[in-house]
Amino acid sequence: MNMRIPILKLHDCLLVSIQWELDDQTALQFQEDLLHKIHETSARGVVIDFTSIDFIDSFIAKVLGDVISMSRLMGAKVVITGIQPAVAITLIELGIHLEEVITALDLEKGLEKLQRELGD
Amino acid sequence: MMDSSVKIINEWDIVAARQLGRNVAKELGFGTVDQARITTAISELARNIYLYAGQGEITIEKIENEAKKGIIIISRDAGPGISDLRKVMEDGFSTSGGLGAGLPGVKRLMDEFSIESDPRKGTLIQSVKWLR
Repeated sequence: MNMRIPILKLHDCLLVSIQWELDDQTALQFQEDLLHKIHETSARGVVIDFTSIDFIDSFIAKVLGDVISMSRLMGAKVVITGIQPAVAITLIELGIHLEEVITALDLEKGLEKLQRELGD
Repeated sequence: MMDSSVKIINEWDIVAARQLGRNVAKELGFGTVDQARITTAISELARNIYLYAGQGEITIEKIENEAKKGIIIISRDAGPGISDLRKVMEDGFSTSGGLGAGLPGVKRLMDEFSIESDPRKGTLIQSVKWLR
């Protein structure tokens, strides 16, 4: 049941849309896949969209926070988009703030923000 | 008839427990934010069992008193127990290198929260969310 999250290349950016509830293994596999893809494609930026996700627990949040830091180490910026109201509320109540993460309301705004961050 | 308990032995059981919880919450008429709170709380409790006790069980039931309806999540394990309950309820305390969101987070997500732990018998956590 281990499914891989597709990672799409768009110019010098990578685009990821999380479409189903993440289990631990899928999340960890995604972490590895994304870093390899950044390395392979020399991507400078990544947008990860969470529009279809209706909850994030502390484990998924940790994997997410880690992959953002790891990407930064490699020289790629990550923007998170599409966090639903229910997800934002539960994450903060859980005590998870992900403060240094760049976010945008939706995919479109996320791509714009990423372009600005990358200085194009 | 829906099975209201999930044995937690591996990571997949965490997914099964929160899916069951979400279904029951939906059936009861909880809104999307409360559904997310309940699902997240179950995920944290199930992961605690998996990480610290090895195995245990999550039971999810509908409850009702004179005034209101709600959902109760019962987390039971026969693991090593928690030696310092006060410490484990402090924000930021974690022995597993996680985010330390754990139990204080669950308490904030739910309306009622109680914990009993005995090094010889394991840990029992009960938490309730009432329908508003």
